Amino acid sequence: MPNKKIYHSVKLQHDKCVGCTTCLKNCPMECIRVRNGKARIIYELCIDCGLCVKNCPYQAKVAQTDSITDIFRFEHKIALPAPSLYGQFRNLQSADNVISALLNLGFDDVFEVARAADMVSATVREMIKDNPNKPLISSACPAVVSLIRIRFPELLPHVADVLSPKEVAARMAKEEYSKAHGVPMEKIGAFFITPCPAKMASIHAGRESHVDGVIAIRDIYGLLTSQMKQEVPENVKNRKRASWRGVNWASFGGEGSALGYSNVLSVDGIHNVICVLEEIENGRLDDLDFFEGSSCEGGCLGGSLVFENTYVAKNNLRKLIERMRSYESEHPIESEQPRDDIHLYAPYEPREGIKLSDNISEAIEKMERIKTLTKTFPGLDCGSCGCPTCRSLAEDIVQGRASELDCIFKLKERIEKLAKQMVDLTNLQGNQN
Amino acid sequence: MTERGSATFEEIHSVEKGNFATAGQGAAAFKNMLKKLGVNSSVVRRVAIASYEAEINLAIHSDGGKLVLSVYPGKIRLVSEDIGPGIADIELAMQEGYSTATEEVRMLGFGAGMGMPNMKRCSDSFDLKSALGKGTTITMEFNL
Repeated sequence: MPNKKIYHSVKLQHDKCVGCTTCLKNCPMECIRVRNGKARIIYELCIDCGLCVKNCPYQAKVAQTDSITDIFRFEHKIALPAPSLYGQFRNLQSADNVISALLNLGFDDVFEVARAADMVSATVREMIKDNPNKPLISSACPAVVSLIRIRFPELLPHVADVLSPKEVAARMAKEEYSKAHGVPMEKIGAFFITPCPAKMASIHAGRESHVDGVIAIRDIYGLLTSQMKQEVPENVKNRKRASWRGVNWASFGGEGSALGYSNVLSVDGIHNVICVLEEIENGRLDDLDFFEGSSCEGGCLGGSLVFENTYVAKNNLRKLIERMRSYESEHPIESEQPRDDIHLYAPYEPREGIKLSDNISEAIEKMERIKTLTKTFPGLDCGSCGCPTCRSLAEDIVQGRASELDCIFKLKERIEKLAKQMVDLTNLQGNQN
Repeated sequence: MTERGSATFEEIHSVEKGNFATAGQGAAAFKNMLKKLGVNSSVVRRVAIASYEAEINLAIHSDGGKLVLSVYPGKIRLVSEDIGPGIADIELAMQEGYSTATEEVRMLGFGAGMGMPNMKRCSDSFDLKSALGKGTTITMEFNL
């Protein structure tokens, strides 16, 4: 089935790209090529993990997000702060301070995504109880979901049928606001404050979404710090709060540990996630209750659009959580119940992208040619040809996207041969004279 | 055996005796190739599980061997071939939960006696030939 046009957040700034091969080497999907001195993304395979954004030494890879001024497109504006936002501030006394700062920036209301995470946890906990398709796989990280859709489609039935916290937050925020202020839903804009580009891509993926815009944490961080010292208004203090477990979703393993099951596996870093999904696909982890994969090392705190260093942020968050836990021991938060109204609007479908041909006979022939051709290359995976590996160069040649002489070793061989022929020719002419 | 259409693709993966560190690499490589060939994902998964089990079996029980994956337009054939020592009682080997794996191997999480039954369950046809002192050949086919 043809893919619907998929929106991608990760883009290249041509003038900044020098054609180095850093992004090429790091891409887990092998979907970057350097052609004519500039990096190009093969979007059919891109999962918006943001590794290339994070690793580009020239900041040529960017993630498209909305700016703070975009919120004024809406009459009523709600901020949806990701829990990872709280980790950006040192000595943050309470999430209250961040929320008041967001209100000072011009938002009319704030709905903590961590609170939606509490709801998702309660719902997933219930799903695990009698799940026939072990393990249940988290649907929270959009890059991991995209990865599964492309590379592990057979695992899609394992993916939890539950919306991501940002989506739950957007809908509930709008519903609550609409009710409280008598405003129609379409006049309310919900803006997610995001740690990563995958979340941007996921709301534009052609699926229904109540998130109207996405603002990068690092774009809003500076504005927020200037507003942090303000007095916290009463209505912020008395709001429905997210629990510390919901806030802990920002850290690697936070989602899994909130479930209260011991047979839960949490993995961070997209390359590691791929390895463990392979194990699940091989039927090696059928006894596992839950698998949580986070594309970024360090979980959402390691996203490519955050401000603070992942490990510093982790420590900030740990301290905040300690404060929250002691606060909650005196002011208990009513725990969330499993919900029926936060299931996916539509199940995830496989995303095609890696087939050599629609015709199996043709695909088999191509595969055989790729294998033969790969053996003729040096196997250094140097990247000079603009492909991440010798094998991918062979594949590109067979698919008509590259030529054998893109390999500098092949080119060198050819030049040596030509040079020898010229010498031979000169000698021949010399003898004749 | 003649196949409709001349196109075939063959990939060989050798497995050393007792090498658990790299066990699973063959299955992973096969899997990625089949995906690139556009093979239906449920078939890919069955081949992946069967080749993984076969690969582990070669590492645990054999004196060394290889996996050969052949893809034809209508079917996939997976052959596991080893150089010994052969299976004494095939019927017993096919029983769920039966294993001759050593305690050491079991400590690694292998040798639960599910390998052969899993291979049979995943494939559309399963044939096992073994001769003591000579070796074992398992031929599995998957319809496309």
